[in-house]
This record gives sequence, structure tokens and C-alpha cells, in this order.
Amino acid sequence: MSELAHIGKDAAGGSTQQYVTVRIGPQLFGLPIHMVHEVFVPEAVTRVPLSAEAIEGVLNLRGRIVTMLNLRRLLGLDRPEGDGMAVGIEHQGEAFGLMIDDVGEVLALDANSREANPANLDARWAALAAGVHRLADELMLILNVELVLQRAGTAHGLPAAVAH
Amino acid sequence: MDDLLREFLTETNESLDVADVELVKFEQDPNNAEILNNIFRLVHTIKGTCGFIGLARLAALAHAAETLMDKFREGRPVTTDAVGLVLSTIDRIKVLMAALEDSGGREPDGSDRDLIALLEAMAAAEPEPVAALPEPEPEIAPAPPAQQLERDLLPGEIPLDELERLFRETEVELPARAPVAAPAAVAPPAAKVLDLPAAGKALDKAPVGKAPAGKPQGAAAVPPASPKEGAPRGEEVAHASAISAQSIRVSVGVLEQLMTMVSELVLTRNQLMEIARRHENSEYKVPLQRLSNVTGELQDAVMRTRMQPIGNAWQKLPRIVRDLAQDLGKLIDLEQIGAETELDRQVLDQIKDPLTHMVRNSADHGLESPDERRAAGKSERGLIRLSAYHEGGHVIVEISDDGRGLNVARIRTKVIENGLAAEAEVAKMSDAQVFRYIFHAGLSTAEKVTNVSGRGVGMDVVRSNIEAIGGTVEVRSRAGQGSTFIIKIPLTLAIVPALIVRAEGERFALPQSAVVELVRVQPGSDHAVKWLNDAPVLCLRDKLLPIVSLGSLLGLSTGGAARPTGGSDDALIVVLKVGHQTFGVVVDAVSHTEEIVVKPMSSALRQIPMVSGSTILGDGRVIMIVDPGGLAQSAAARAAEAEEDSRAAHEEVRRAVSEERTSLLLFRAGSRNLKAVPLALVTRLEELEVASIERVKGYPVIQYRGALIPVLYANEEVRRAESGTQPMLVFSDDGRTMGLVVDEIVDIVETPFDLQLSPSNMPEVLGATVVSGQATELLDVGFYINVAFGERFVQMLRPAARARLLLVDDSSFHRDMLAPVLKGNGYEVTACASAREALERLEDEGGFDAIVSDVELPDMDGFALASAVRSNPRRQNLPIIALSAGRDRDAIERGRAAGFTDYVAKFDRSGLIAALKEFAGHQGAAA
Repeated sequence: MSELAHIGKDAAGGSTQQYVTVRIGPQLFGLPIHMVHEVFVPEAVTRVPLSAEAIEGVLNLRGRIVTMLNLRRLLGLDRPEGDGMAVGIEHQGEAFGLMIDDVGEVLALDANSREANPANLDARWAALAAGVHRLADELMLILNVELVLQRAGTAHGLPAAVAH
Repeated sequence: MDDLLREFLTETNESLDVADVELVKFEQDPNNAEILNNIFRLVHTIKGTCGFIGLARLAALAHAAETLMDKFREGRPVTTDAVGLVLSTIDRIKVLMAALEDSGGREPDGSDRDLIALLEAMAAAEPEPVAALPEPEPEIAPAPPAQQLERDLLPGEIPLDELERLFRETEVELPARAPVAAPAAVAPPAAKVLDLPAAGKALDKAPVGKAPAGKPQGAAAVPPASPKEGAPRGEEVAHASAISAQSIRVSVGVLEQLMTMVSELVLTRNQLMEIARRHENSEYKVPLQRLSNVTGELQDAVMRTRMQPIGNAWQKLPRIVRDLAQDLGKLIDLEQIGAETELDRQVLDQIKDPLTHMVRNSADHGLESPDERRAAGKSERGLIRLSAYHEGGHVIVEISDDGRGLNVARIRTKVIENGLAAEAEVAKMSDAQVFRYIFHAGLSTAEKVTNVSGRGVGMDVVRSNIEAIGGTVEVRSRAGQGSTFIIKIPLTLAIVPALIVRAEGERFALPQSAVVELVRVQPGSDHAVKWLNDAPVLCLRDKLLPIVSLGSLLGLSTGGAARPTGGSDDALIVVLKVGHQTFGVVVDAVSHTEEIVVKPMSSALRQIPMVSGSTILGDGRVIMIVDPGGLAQSAAARAAEAEEDSRAAHEEVRRAVSEERTSLLLFRAGSRNLKAVPLALVTRLEELEVASIERVKGYPVIQYRGALIPVLYANEEVRRAESGTQPMLVFSDDGRTMGLVVDEIVDIVETPFDLQLSPSNMPEVLGATVVSGQATELLDVGFYINVAFGERFVQMLRPAARARLLLVDDSSFHRDMLAPVLKGNGYEVTACASAREALERLEDEGGFDAIVSDVELPDMDGFALASAVRSNPRRQNLPIIALSAGRDRDAIERGRAAGFTDYVAKFDRSGLIAALKEFAGHQGAAA
């Protein structure tokens, strides 16, 4: 959970952490802002044969090959309808794109107000979430990008995720 | 670890490698003052650098080595021991360096007193009075700088006393050149100590100052070196230093980044060109063309920065060979040709280990000991030659030795022992094919395991390493003349020519290096796709290639794994060759070839089999690069499955055979009962023109194919037609052909066979069996042949003492078929159903003149029987004749090896009789 370690270091006001909010299905997620490189509309995604289910494919983003991860599949949601968007992240020198439905605003939240995942959260979701923030009108799950990448690389489909 | 230390480590490691090489050269050529000076300089630099950074242990060690080296410069004769000692000192320094790197800059604890003591002892021993220009040791000896600086020196800086020494030496010993060399040597360092580290470093690396300083010393130490000789060398050194001064050190990361950006530029250019093609009269056209050219040149230039001479990978080899030669007590020369041949550094890294391994192998197994070499009439010194050259986009590296060559016989045995191929297959292989097995896992032909090699790992790893970078390795060898390994590797891994193909709507890149040809299979084309069980194969000229579908291998096909119909009549097949495996890959379309820039897969995708990377095409789309090696493995796996299937099918056939399924020709002759003969014994079925029957000496004969053959009626009851035709079976037996007239041919059936011996008084009936619920009499073909031809034979062959035969066949049918024939030919026959029974009878009864045995017996087969029989020395000469359904050469070979005297096909009675006559006849007569 290395991004949690960044709390306070990156944030301007002591223990606040900035999140880029994204929507996947009905749910609002927050990605730590330092992880997010850019937001783009994925085009011309090439399927990668024999790859894990969570991998949507790869695409060429200004000359870099970006591995696209399908978060809906990781979360066990239905197939997305229509064109989505993607959040570009960097991890150990490699570029990944997280497929999302929509991107929202940037929120600065107090790290202390973060609450643990509720015990009854779907195992697939809990495996990717690093806590919950209560916003004015809804809940925002913090997406642990490292875990997402681990899952995408190792978990072949959902059973493995459920098992955890 | 700070940059300073890292820089030091890199630099020193390089120096050490060079020192290794130089020392080995020096050992062979101890009078070469120049080499000595090179080494001295290197060790000296190491000592100096270590001193600066405060690495006391390293500095002390290097100092002791330097002191010894200095003795050589004074003219002390060079001994192997001394060089060995210096080499082990360098090894120790390497160990310390490694520890330093691991610990992030702390010198490991411990002492090098042992080595230093040895070095000092050797330096002190028998001081040579020869030294032409005695250079007082104390001047170099003080390792801790005599003159103290206010601060620690930076790496690359030279301590003051060092400069002073240089200055002194230069001035004193090189009066002629001093004006030129000395100021150059001294002035910059002087400035540098006053904080110009960069300049200082360049100086330290480029031997501008030190080379001329060291050079004349050497010349002086070796009196014969004439001034004339010295002068051009000095220039050479100066030239070399000028070159090195022009080069700078750039981190690999920067180069990689450059490469990526250039690739990017190439792609963008491609896209622009694409747009320009669509707009005919664009004013961009000319500038775009120029952009395109410049981009191409830039790409080439950047590619060149990644190139390194292959000599870098060879650097450690002289030392390795030297050490090996000492360990093994051999004399080995190492020749390097084409060390300047350049190839991509990524490739270089990959082949370093394989090369080392192969050179070790050559030294260990390839080359003989001096005694053996002398005995073989060769020079005592063995030669290992490394050569490298370019050949059309590839670099060829050859490692050859003039040793004993590969032991073909031994590899053959090994291959069989390790179950890599059946004995029969191996027997058919050419030597070249056999040699390839040395690249198989688990095949080491070394008679004994040495600490150098021979542990059964190695060549397979070599092969996989080389194949991993798209290279190939092969071996040539001639007994007594040595062997040559030829490695063919691509120049670079970053850009490869690839064939772009389409499968299931996706495009893929197939590296061109693996593509042999493209084949279009259409109805009516020369090539066809055939199905063997469920496995499709391509009949291409004289070869059968397994084919796989790219789409289904990559899991893209929607309609299941195989397309039993689709691929067969109209298919596009890319024939790939990977290693020794050639196979076809079915694709939907082939578009074009393109130089693609290989981009590594992200870590999340790296484990995917059959995909080795990705690339971006001109239209900006990412496509996968298919790994031919992975495809080959999958193809092999599928083939194995198919083989499994076909083996199962074989198994079924075998089971059927063991259930005595026999093809019988059913007919009627006389009575309503069905009669039968084994179909295998029937040569032809004919319609006999009754009118054509003639009589010779009262026997009916007909003209059949230009010869007169006897005709018999199956029995008394067979209708003797007056006219028209009547069915006739033709039997052939050793050139003797006869016709058997019957009433009606009914059918040919394949049926399980259970022969009931009939107590019938009819000699022509062998017995009865049930076919399709009907009792059927089996007629004895042998009887008829004997009747037609045999009476005389039988009479002749009935000597007073008949030869005794032991007939072994698990099938009662065959026993019953053969026994009468053999009896008819005058042998006394004892039949047994198994090999064990046969052996028992042989023990109990004895006195057999020959054994006639089926090869396929349950439990213990004919080969085992033959071996068992032969194991008794008294039966070494007992003829054993094998009966086998198949008569392929391999089985015959194997049979002979097991001890069979002769081999006869199962239904070849005349062959059997002939064999018996040949082998058992004499026996019989003798007995």
C-alpha cells in the first residue's frame, strides 16, 4: 500500500490527500492524484491473445504501448456499454490504462476521515479498495492501484479474486 | 552507493578484464615490454584509484602486485608461477570489488596478508642483477602517498607524488620526446588537482601522459628493442589515446531512451508519409521526403550507438582458456579473428555465457592432451579459434578447435540410452543429424565429469540462449580433425524484419528469420492438407509438415480448436523453421513485410506464451509479435497429442492382432460348408477358362502369365465344369505358382480366429473355425502346394535323421499352419506357444537343430528369446529364424543384434524353407 505512504508528503495541507474521482458503473472511486498521469479516450485497443481476463488489450498512446486493464471485469461488473475513458498510470516504468466510465473532479480529503472497508464489501471489491471516504452525497472507495495491477497480472479471471 | 564509487567500480572492473587478457598474453610472450607496461599501468591505475577512495585493502593488494610487476620490468624472467600469482591477485581484487558493490561501498573485512606475503616473497626472491636501468623500488613503493593532500582525492585524480614520478621518469629517460610528451602529461593533471575533475578523469582514462612515460621504460628494460622499433609504437599509443579521448561514456539508459524516441520519430514519419500519399500535389512532399531521409539516417546512427565489438564478449576468454589449460595439463592457443565485428549490446550480453561455455567445452572435451595429440601426429599445442563476421543481417560466430572431433558412436549410444530416439531411428540418421543431439537436454558425452564440464547441462542451455535471441547454432565435426560450432545471430534485437499476417481479424508479426516460405493450398494445387487422425499435415514436396492454426493456437478461434473442414481446401500457410523443427502455420491473410521496432511486453503480459513482444505499425496500431519458438512448442505439444492418439490406434490394432483377427477368404468347394484360406496366402483370384486347361503327364495345367502352372481341384466334390469359367485361387510359393479351383468365392472377412483342429481324415483340411456363426473349414495351402509340386521334394528331403525344429508362435493358427508345411518339408517339428516354453523345451529335450520363432510374442518377445538362447555358449551357433509380419530393415538389424540368424516374413513359406535349408539343413545332416 505504498500510495498510502504518500499521504501527507504530496498533499499541500499536511494530512490531506488529493484524489481523482472516477466512476465505474454506479460507484465512485478515488485514485490518489500522484498516480494519475493523464486521462484519455482509448482508441484502437489491440486484444492480447491468451492474456488474463482483466487485460483489455494494448494501445499506442503517443508512441508508448499502454496495457489497458478492464476494471469492470476485475470488479465483476457487466460489460461496459458505449465508449469509456481511461486513466493513464505509471508503474515501475510501464504505462497502464485503467478503463473507467467517466472521470470526475479532483477532491482533497482529510486522510483521517478515511474509513476501513466495510466488512460486508464484495470480496472482489475489497481486494482492490484501500478504504472509504464519506462524501456529501455518496461514498467514494479508494482504489488501490498497486493491488489492481497485481490482480491484473496474476488473477486469471474472477475465481482467484473471490478466493481471497 | 554514490556516483563516485559506481564510476570507480565500472572503470576498475573494465581495467581488471583488460589486465586479465594482457597477463595471459604476457605469459606467452614474456619479452614483450609493451604488454608488460600495459599491465603495469593497469594495476597501477587500480592501486592509485583505490588509494583515492580510501579502499586500503584493495590498494595494499594492488600495490604488492605492482611491486612484483615492477621486478619484471626490471628484467626479471617471467615465470608461470609469477603470472599465476598476479592473476590470483586480480581475482582477489575482483572478489573485493564484488563485495564492495554488494555492500554499497564498504570494503569487506578480512586480510590479504596471505597473498601479499606471497607476492612480496616472490618480489624479494633472487633479485636479478640484470636490470639495465635499475629503477629504485622505493620510488613506487610508498602506496600511501608520501605527499599528503589537504583533502581526499576524487576518483580519477592523480596523487601528487605520482605526477612527480611521471615527470621525473619522463624527463630522465626520454630526453628526445620529453618536450612533447612531458608537458602534455603533467600540465593538465597539475591543473586538475586544483579542482578540474572532469579533465582529470579524461586524462586518467586516456593514457596520454602515462603511456609515453611507461613506454620508454619498457624499451629500456629490454635491450634488444631498437629505438626505431620504439618510435612507431609510441605513435601508435598516441593514436590510440587520441581515439579514446574522442569517446565518452554514456549510460545505457540514455541510449535506450534515444532509441525509443527515434522509433517514435520513425512511426510519426510513416504516418505523415501515409497522409502525403493521399494528397497528390502536396507542397509538403519535398520537405517530408527530407525528413524521411534524415529520420532514416538518425535511426541508423542511433542503432550504431548500441553496437559493440564482439571482442567485448571475448575479453574473459583468454584467461579462462589459460586457467583451463593449466588445470587440464593441455597446451592451448586461443586465436581470435574479427573481434571488431559489431553487434547490438543486448545480443552481446545474451551470447556471452554461451560462448564461454562452448570455449570451455572445446578446451575440455574437444582438445586432446599433448600426448594424445603427439600420438595422433598433430602439434602438441591445441588451437581454439574464435571468429566472427557479418553475413547478411546476421553475425556468424564460429568456435572451432583442432581436437578429436565429436564421437559419433558415443553420441548415438547416448541418444539411445537416454531414450531421445529409438535405436532404429538413430541407425538411419546421418552424422550431422546425430551431432544435433548434443544440443538436447541431458545428453553429455563427456566420459568423466570434470570440474570444467560434463555434467549433462550445457549445450542445451547454449542452444536455448541462442534461440531466445532468434539465433541458431549448429555443429560440424570430423573425427580427428576437430569440431566447429557455428552460431548465427541477428545483428540487433531492437528492429527485426517481420511478416505481417492476419488471423481471426487481428494482425500479427512473425519474425522473418523463422519464415521459410509461404504456401497457398487450393483445390488442385500441388500441395495439400491431409488429415492424419485429427492432426492436419501439409504435404509439401517430399515432406510432411504438421500444421497448426494461428488463430486457434492463440485462442482466438471462435469455433473450437481445429477447423476440420475450413483449413483443408483453401488455406494460406506460413512455413516456419525453428531449430530443427519445421511446421506450417495457417493464417487468414498475409499482408506485407516490415521492419518492426520490437517493444517489450509489459510485465503483466510477459508470461504469455507464443507472444514475444509488440510493435506499433505505420498506422499507429499496436500488434503482437508472435514467438516462433513458442509456436513450435505448441505445435510439438499438439503433435505429441496426435501421436498419443495414433499410438492408441496402434494399440487397438495390436490388440486386434493379439485377438487373432485374421483375414480369411471364404469360398465354397463341394459341400455346402464354407471353406477358407488365409487371404495372405492367396496371390490372386482368377476366373479359370475351363477350356484352357491342358494336361501334362496327366496333371491338369494352364498357361498363366507365360508359364504353365498346375491346377488342382480343392476336393473331389468340386464341380468340374465342362465349359465357361470357374473361380480359381492362385497361390504362389517361391516361384512355384499353382491354381486351386473352387466352386464359388463367397467373401473376405476379418474375423477373430479360434481354430479347432479337426480329426478329419481329409488331409487338406487343417481344422475348423466359426465365421459369422457358420462353421468353416480351413484348408491347408501347404498341402496343395505339396501335392502340386511337392511329392518329389518331400521324398528327397526325407533323410534318415530328420532335422528337429523348435517352432515358437503364440498363435495357434500360425503354429497349425506352419507345422504341417515344415513337416511336409521333412522336418520334425516341436511347437510351443511361448518363449518360456521354448526355453524350457530347449533345456529339457535339447537336440534341436534350429528354432523358428515369431518375433511378436507375449510376455517375452522373440528378441529376448534369441538373446536368452545365445546366452548359453553351447547355443552360439544354433540357427534361429525369426518370423515377422513386418520386414523393415530396422527390425532386421535389431534381430541380427539380438542373435537371429535370419529373418523371414511370416507368410513367406518358401523363404522359410530356403532359410531352413541354408541354416538348418546342414545341421540336420550333421545331427
